[in-house]
Amino acid sequence: MGRYADNPAAIKALFRGNEVHRDVYIDQEIYKLEMKHLFANAWVFVGHESQTPNKGDYFSTQVGDQPVIQVRHSDGEVHVLHNRCPHKGTKIVIDRAGNTGKFFRCPYHAWSFKTDGCLLAIPLKKGYENTGFEKSDSGNGMKAVGEVRNYRGFIFCRLAETGISFEDYFGGSLSSIDNMVERSPAGRLEVAGPPLRYMHHCNWKMLVENQTDTCHPMVAHESSAGTAVKLWEELDMPEGTPLPPAMEIIAPFMSPYEFFENMGIRTWPNGHGHTGVHHSIHSNYSAIQGYMEKMVEAYGEEKAKAILNENRHNTVYFPNIMIKGPIQQLRVFIPLAADKTLVESYIYRLVDGPEQLTARTAMYNRMINAPTSIVGHDDLEMYERAQEGLQSDGMEWVNIQRLYEEDEDFSQEKVENGTTERQMRNQFDAWVKFMTADMNDVREAAE
Amino acid sequence: MSVSKDQLIDFIYEEVRMLDEGRYDEWLALWLKDGHYWMPLDYNQTDPLNVTSLMYEDLFMLKLRVERLNGARTFSQKPKSRCHHVIQRPFVDEMDEAAGTFVTKTFMHYVETRLDEQFLLALTARHELALVDGKLRIANKRVDILNCDAAFRNIQLLP
Repeated sequence: MGRYADNPAAIKALFRGNEVHRDVYIDQEIYKLEMKHLFANAWVFVGHESQTPNKGDYFSTQVGDQPVIQVRHSDGEVHVLHNRCPHKGTKIVIDRAGNTGKFFRCPYHAWSFKTDGCLLAIPLKKGYENTGFEKSDSGNGMKAVGEVRNYRGFIFCRLAETGISFEDYFGGSLSSIDNMVERSPAGRLEVAGPPLRYMHHCNWKMLVENQTDTCHPMVAHESSAGTAVKLWEELDMPEGTPLPPAMEIIAPFMSPYEFFENMGIRTWPNGHGHTGVHHSIHSNYSAIQGYMEKMVEAYGEEKAKAILNENRHNTVYFPNIMIKGPIQQLRVFIPLAADKTLVESYIYRLVDGPEQLTARTAMYNRMINAPTSIVGHDDLEMYERAQEGLQSDGMEWVNIQRLYEEDEDFSQEKVENGTTERQMRNQFDAWVKFMTADMNDVREAAE
Repeated sequence: MSVSKDQLIDFIYEEVRMLDEGRYDEWLALWLKDGHYWMPLDYNQTDPLNVTSLMYEDLFMLKLRVERLNGARTFSQKPKSRCHHVIQRPFVDEMDEAAGTFVTKTFMHYVETRLDEQFLLALTARHELALVDGKLRIANKRVDILNCDAAFRNIQLLP
């Protein structure tokens, strides 16, 4: 046993309000405990229902380090099952998506299961007669996750059988998903194509923290956004010339500190939060003709304006996704090891919305979040330098102190200056909470 | 003026050599001003706009990409990446001499390296070329990566 297993006091000591110990990023035991406790007790994003629109449609992914299947059952509901045959452990599906018809069939010994996981049939079943098979776990079929919730098309699950409810876990933060979905005149989103897949050799939390890090864009992205601004100025185009896409999408990253200070950051309990309370880098995109009219028709003028005036930048749903409401993007940071994270970036189409908005979202995705994106290159370089730098024994603590106040209370929603690192501290507050929620205390037991 | 098949093939060889030698100003000068460099994300992708691509870049974006490589604060290029193309003899799939437009398809291996990492991509490049003022130019270029659906690390130069 290492230093941290069954030792909630040691876990709590890793976060001391304005600093966090480097072990949360570099220690493999901490990573294992995150998978066992944090990712089991939190509500974690699985996929979007439009990835499995028809009965029998499935999609395979990971919740933390757990291989799972999202599948549309014969009753029309989306289920989330562990991707493991109850017989010998073989993954039931190995491709990323497909349709399995009315049942799953294990490719190894042909055990078959209904699409809600129930055991359907085993060849030569008489071999299990009088063996007590029906009392074994294997006799119950494919194991489902603890609980599943379809929130306006977004599928979340809690691996643990019992724990915090979906509503208590997300609370007011669901307003960001609401806003993203309501930007569709039909109130529905559909996934548009496969996600970008981008491998980072750094800890997953560095990526999550960066989503509300408003003091890095003008520095780390000077090479991409700053160069874009310089190139455009050198072209010396007459005033009123429409901006090239690169300028509209990338140049706002060079906004001054004041812009980010004034945009505001909101935090919610359990580690959720967002930048862009008042405005954001998405505020000044050009209008798409006919869209406002469709929205007014669907929602009435007042509500349509309220939906579109919201320009939330990045909303973090702790532990590991970020959404951008104004452009219908979702990024999931899948932790593969203490120093390895797979980032998948999805985009969604607004049902009944204009195609130009999908095109803009696809453009944002490839310009900012692709392995071929110059902005992505800037970020990955910073994460990986941090992962390597943290090996230094010169210092053991990471500073997250900007606009810190003593005895911060994360149990209340709060709006603050847009350059605060409060959201990072909020994440670590939740991190401690869900890491230790169901952890035994060996020292207590020994007393 | 007419263009021979050999001239088309030589053009493709010369283009990858420019990329490998980092002669980006010469490379950008090959492009027609409304051309696009497309790198699909999905195998056999047909739509560059309404689903995600790895790249779909106009000349402004390509210039930005090239300019950034030499920036003083381009930290992901300290040290710089290097690349290397190994190409098969290009196929000339279409030759419309009257219109002065041509299509080639080229299979290649692309190696990129920086620090201790090096990766290999198998590529298919489709070039739409046009004869303008007596010179061959790139009207559009599409680069399909064999394992386009894999999780990549940084691809920083131009495959």
